[in-house]
This record gives sequence, structure tokens and C-alpha cells, in this order.
Amino acid sequence: MSEVHLGMKSRERIFRFIQPVVAILFGLAIGLLITLYAGENPWHVLKILANSAFGSVENIGMTLFYATPLIFTGLSVAIGFHAGLFNIGAEGQLAFGALAAAAVGILYPNVPGPLAPVLATLAAFAAGAVWGYIPGWLRARRGAHEVINTIMLNFVAAGLTSWITLYLLKSTESQNPETRTIAPAYLISHFAFFGDTPFNPSFLLALVAAFALWVLLWKTVLGYEMRAVGQNELAARAAGIDSAKMRIIALTLAGGLAGFVGVGEVLGHSHKFEIGFSPGYGFMGIAVALLGRNRPLGIIGAAILFGALHKGSLDLDMETEKVTRDLSLILQALIILAVSADGFWERVRKAVL
Amino acid sequence: MTTQPLAVELRGLAKRFGSVIANAGIQLEVRAGSIHGVIGENGAGKSTAMKMLYGMYAPDEGEILIQGKPLRFKSPSDAIHAGIGMVHQHFMLAGPHTALDNIILGAEPSHLGVLDRAGARTKLQALCKQYGLPLDLDAPVETLSVGVQQRIEILKLLYRNAQILILDEPTAVLTPQETEELLGNLKKLKAEGKTILIITHKLKEVLSFTDEVTVFRGGKVSGRVKTSETNAQQLANLMVGREVVLKVQEVESAAGVKHTFGKCLLRVERLNLKQKGHSHLKDVSFEVRAGEVVGIAGVEGNGQTELIEAILHPSDPRCLTSGKVRVLDQDVTDRKTFEIRALGVGVIPQDRHHQGLLLERSVKENFLLGLHRRRQFAKHGFILQKALDQSVEKALENYDVRPRRADIAVGGLSGGNQQKLIIAREFECGPQVLIAAQPTRGVDVGAIEFIHRRILKARSEGVATLLISSELDEILTLSDRILVIYEGQIVGDHLRGQADENQIGLKMGGGHHE
Repeated sequence: MSEVHLGMKSRERIFRFIQPVVAILFGLAIGLLITLYAGENPWHVLKILANSAFGSVENIGMTLFYATPLIFTGLSVAIGFHAGLFNIGAEGQLAFGALAAAAVGILYPNVPGPLAPVLATLAAFAAGAVWGYIPGWLRARRGAHEVINTIMLNFVAAGLTSWITLYLLKSTESQNPETRTIAPAYLISHFAFFGDTPFNPSFLLALVAAFALWVLLWKTVLGYEMRAVGQNELAARAAGIDSAKMRIIALTLAGGLAGFVGVGEVLGHSHKFEIGFSPGYGFMGIAVALLGRNRPLGIIGAAILFGALHKGSLDLDMETEKVTRDLSLILQALIILAVSADGFWERVRKAVL
Repeated sequence: MTTQPLAVELRGLAKRFGSVIANAGIQLEVRAGSIHGVIGENGAGKSTAMKMLYGMYAPDEGEILIQGKPLRFKSPSDAIHAGIGMVHQHFMLAGPHTALDNIILGAEPSHLGVLDRAGARTKLQALCKQYGLPLDLDAPVETLSVGVQQRIEILKLLYRNAQILILDEPTAVLTPQETEELLGNLKKLKAEGKTILIITHKLKEVLSFTDEVTVFRGGKVSGRVKTSETNAQQLANLMVGREVVLKVQEVESAAGVKHTFGKCLLRVERLNLKQKGHSHLKDVSFEVRAGEVVGIAGVEGNGQTELIEAILHPSDPRCLTSGKVRVLDQDVTDRKTFEIRALGVGVIPQDRHHQGLLLERSVKENFLLGLHRRRQFAKHGFILQKALDQSVEKALENYDVRPRRADIAVGGLSGGNQQKLIIAREFECGPQVLIAAQPTRGVDVGAIEFIHRRILKARSEGVATLLISSELDEILTLSDRILVIYEGQIVGDHLRGQADENQIGLKMGGGHHE
């Protein structure tokens, strides 16, 4: 009997592993069929996508560079989900994180070499965390729903970071809405191996953050309490878990994780804070978390996939006549739909197992 | 009555799920116009059989005959067409909508595409009258009592012309009075020619409700008897497959051990809870000594929930307005829940799904809930997986939680096994005070015996137990002292042996007022 059970269990496990892969291929296939309708050869489109995303070390470097902020925001959304919270505020949190990293780099130019990027990284985390703490506190102590508050705080963040940029840290040389450049000690160098790309060690920070989150959620008492609150608040309360506190901690950490986006973008790439630098990483993080099933490893995979789609589609404008880079958005949407079609996959699972 | 034709016949029905045999060779015959009880322990296969009858599962083998005709159901809607209706244990109602809208939902009458409420109303009023089921059709469902909600579920079936009604654990959520009423209603339905199947654990109700009984055990039918020719003991034995002790303490006290009480371990003083001008608790005071079981008897909704909350969360102003809670001679009124539980307070919550378990999580993670900060399972903020694995394995064995799997989701366990898991967890830390609320709700006879034995074992080990139950029998069986709660007030205080069931019942209904 137990052997039969084990057989079932391992098959179940294999299915759970394969299912998202099949779903992704399914979404890709449908998306490529659309290009056929547009009058383009899908195989040709796929080749351009694949080549542009993974065809050379430079291309891989760009793909991973695009993936890095999505890992952070994906983790940010995921930790919220585990505590039963929907963090739509990663966009505002990452803006504050990036601005803080830039501000430290501008205001404290004399911090010695190795310490400087560490200081800016901590500042990015702290600033994002503050912007997560606010809706966390409002939810826990005042019962104000975090969905509303995180959305609204995105607008507040956009306004406040713009004001700080334009009135306190404005670059005098540039016509663009951006801050002055950070001191050289703060710069993070690019990976030389990947050639002339902005791909930098913030990617390693993202991997460490993903691992740390996994340890936190599944190995520690704190993570256990957060997940218990997220699953059943009443049962957690009866067990003596302070759900208000867990909620505040979860959203604070979520904000900090989103704030890390600033490390790669500011210290590693632009070397200043540019208003509107994020193309919506915070919102894409929701899709990444969904696709990665809120698991750190899944989030890394989903972020790389999205990075690849983004990078891959950039060449479509030039190399095809009838398909533009917007195909990447169509593919993202179709993949999410395919992955989240739970009812369909449940039927497949029953038929297969 | 035996000359009546069969309304339902299941012939050799079988169903497997993977390697698990849920049903094998099920034989069930229900006469038209009778009330038929289907009883068995959790996991005995009665729900599976009923789900096949209702078209939710397709049988692997065997036949279903309705009114003598063999039928194959692909889905519940086929079964509904064949005149079968089911009232689920958890009602399927949309709270903010009216009774009328809920009843017609899914079978809305329309005239040229416009919802014909007036027509539905006329039809429903006629039904209510015919079956003697009074109902305010315009009241939002959420404002109605559980008993009335159940009546709505029954009317839903009648509205769809069901001839055969399946009721899954219909009395699990009802007060004694509502149960009485349901019994009356079912008799009216029977008089109108309906055939009724009742799935239940409660032997007492099987005996008073039904004409015939089919007993399930281990996926098979272990017996079929006429209700008039059987008794509770025989049914219990058929269900469990061995001699079951229905009233635990009588045996234990017959053993002649002299039992004494120790120090007072739980004391509450003048607990009051006022919310929005309404008093939920009024000057509730009592104490529970070591080795004593104090039972709180009362109809549900008279302050029992609030009493438990006040003891567990005294520092929360939503739970306690004034009063004092003392545990182990310490004033804990200002302490946090976690600190109170750490003193050695175990809790069996009244609603295990909502307050006791993380249903989607594994057995292991549920076992840890509330124990997760104990030194035994946590060090420097990390969970000690090995120690946890070992304890869970031992606990599943000791408390006979089936299956013995720590990695499956708790939601997949039967009610009795979920409750055993909670008891295993709460006893794991060796509590000095045990708060047991509705400890045997929705669990089978075998599990009830087990749970009652555990509570009495704890009593003999010197645990102070506060037992809250709406089952008067349970209170009378286990308690050394019985308090009666009515509208948030303690209105009766009886010592074991001096308690008179009628007197307590009267007080439960508020009859103490002159």
C-alpha cells in the first residue's frame, strides 16, 4: 500500500513540476500562432526571440539584467501573498529604494570604497521597507485594506520621489528629470564576462534574497507564523500568533525587497535616479509571483522567462516586418493565462494520474 | 410498509480512488416514502456512496436504480432530473440574498427572458403551505437562524420537484430545539410521499428519525436493520466492528477509584463583555480545579464563544470589557494569548476548520501550530525539523490519526481524524488547563469514545478542564460540575449527580426567570 502511495506521490510531484513548463509552451505556441495571423512565419519569430534572448553571452547578460528587478519585485509580492496580503505597492517601494540609493551616493561622496555600495544597498532596502511598513501598519492597526493603500501609495511615491529629485537632488548639467550622478565609490562594476552589458552583481543579490526568503518562510518560526496568518488568521490567533505584527513585518520586508531594485538600476546601471526609470517592474512582479507560484525558485525562473521575452522582443522591430516588440506583452499575458487555468490543469491531472 | 416499492436501490456499487477502495459491493435499498438512515464512521464510505447516488462520482462497478429503473448519472444535474436532491452539511446559500432568490437560483423561472419572481413566489408559497414549512421569503438569508437556512435548503429541493432527499449530517449544526423541529418537518415530508435519506453519526437521532438503517463500515455495508428492532448499542457495534462503550465515565467511576480535586488552576472573575450596547457576558465567575471537569451547558449562541475568547484573549478589548482571568494562580488579564497558552493552556477550538487548522497545509505544519515556539521544536528562531518529524510520527500513532501521513494536507482528513490531530497537538505540551469546546462535534462514535477517554485521562492526571458543549449528554457524561449559561450569564450550578437533566434543559432555555 505504501509503495503504491509513493508511486502516486512521485507522479504527483513530476506532474507539478511539468505542468508549468507545459503551460508556458502552450502559451508560447498560441502567441506564435497569432504572428502567423499577422502574416509572419512563427518559426522565424521564435528563432529571433530565442537568438535575441540567449544567442550570445551579451544577449544572455541583457536577459539576466532585465530579469534582476523582476526577481526582487516577484519576491516582494510573494512574501505578501504568504502572509495573506496583496502587495500592489512594489512600484512605489522600488522607486523609494532607488532614490535612497542615489541620495546616499550623492550626499555622502566620501564613504570609502568597499563600504559605499553596501551602505547604498542598505539604504535602498530601508527606504523600500518604510514604504511597505506604512500600508502594513494601516492594515494591522487600522484595518485599512492594503490593496487600496499600496495602490494609492504608488502615486504618492511617484510624486514625492519626483519632488525630491527635482528640488533637492536635481542635476544641473542635464535637461532630463534626474538626480546628479552618484560618487564613483558607489558604482558597481559590470560582469566583464558578459561583454558590454549592464549586467551586474545585483543579480547575485537577487539570488541571495530568494534563498533568504526561502529560509525565512519555510525554516524559521517567524516565517511559519507569517504563513499561518496568511492561511487562516483565526487559527493563527487562537494559537497565540500576533497577526497584526506578522502583517506589518511581511509588508515591511516586501517593501525592502522591492527597494533592492535600486541597487542594480542605480549603482550598477544609470548611476543616478531617473524619474520613471521603472517600466512597471512592480506590477510585473505580480505576474512573476503568480507564474512562479510564490516559490523563490519559481520566481527566479519566471523572472528570467520574462526577461528573455522582453530582451527577445526588442529585435522583432528590426528583424520582422509585421510583428513588433509588443508581442512580448502578448506572450506574457498568454503564458499567465495558460499557467493560471487551474480548472483545466486539474482535469488534465485527473486524466493523467 | 414493506410492501412499498423501492425508491432507491444500489446494487453492488464500487468505487476506487487510486489504490484506495472507498466502496466495495454496496447494497442499499430504500423504500419509497420512508426515512432511511445511513450511518457509519468517518471514512466508512457513506459519503462516497451518496455522492455516486447524487451523480458527483461515477461508480466503477454496480448499478443505481431509481424507482426501479437503472440510471447512469453523469453529473448532479442528471440526478436532479431524476428527482434526487441533496442538502449538504455546509449550506450552499448566498447570504445577502433573500430566501426566495436563493431557492430559485439555478432554476429561475422566466417569462420572455424576464425573471418571473411573482410566479416563483406563488409556487413557493404553495409549497410552504403543502409541507407546513413556514418561511419569510423576503428575508436576507444571513439574518435567518441555521435551522431556517436548512429549511430553505430543503425547499430548494422541493422547488425542483425532488422525490428523494439526501440530507448530509443535517443535525450537526442545529440546536436541540431545531433538531426537534427538523424531525417534525421530515415526518411531514414523509407523509407527503417523499423518500428521505439521512447521513449521520448520531445514534440517538437515527433511532428517533428513521424507519430503517443501513450501516457502513470500511467501505462496505455491515448491516441493515429496522429501526424499531434495534438499539444504540447494536448500531454502534455494527459501525465500529467491536463493542463500544457509549458512556465512558460510568465505566471509569465504576472502577471505584476515589477521585479528588486539587488546586484551582483556572479562575475567571466577573467577566463582562459589552459591544454596541449589547451584553455578551454578564458577571461570569467560576473556577476549575486540578482534576476537575467543569461543563458549560447551554444552547449555542448564549455566550460560549465569547467566554472562550475572553479567557484566551483577555487583553483584547473586543474580547473582554471587564473582569479578571487567572491561570495557575497568576493574573493573566493583561497578558498576550501566546503567554497564556505557554503557561500550559491547551485549547480544542469549537470550530476546527476556522479556528483550529490550516486546511491546505500539511499534517505536520498543523501539528506545530501553537507549539511552534516551544523549545522542543524551535531553536534560535529556526524550526527543528527532526524533532518535529519524530514528535508528529509518535503523535499520529498514539492518537490513532489516519492515515499515518505527516505530509498530506489536513483538509483531506476526515473530521474525526482532524479532531484527533488537534487533540494530539494540544496534549503534546502537557497542558495543566484544557479548554475543550464542542470536542466531538461532527466526529463518529469511535472518535467520540476516544476523545472522551482522553479528556477523562487528563482529568485523572490532574488537568483542569473546561468543557463547553451544546450536547447535554456529553456534559452530563463528563462533568464533575455543570454550569448553565443563558444569554451570557451563568444561571445554574449543579454538582455531578445532583444534576437533573430536565432542570438543566429548562435553564438552558431561559426558564429560570420567575
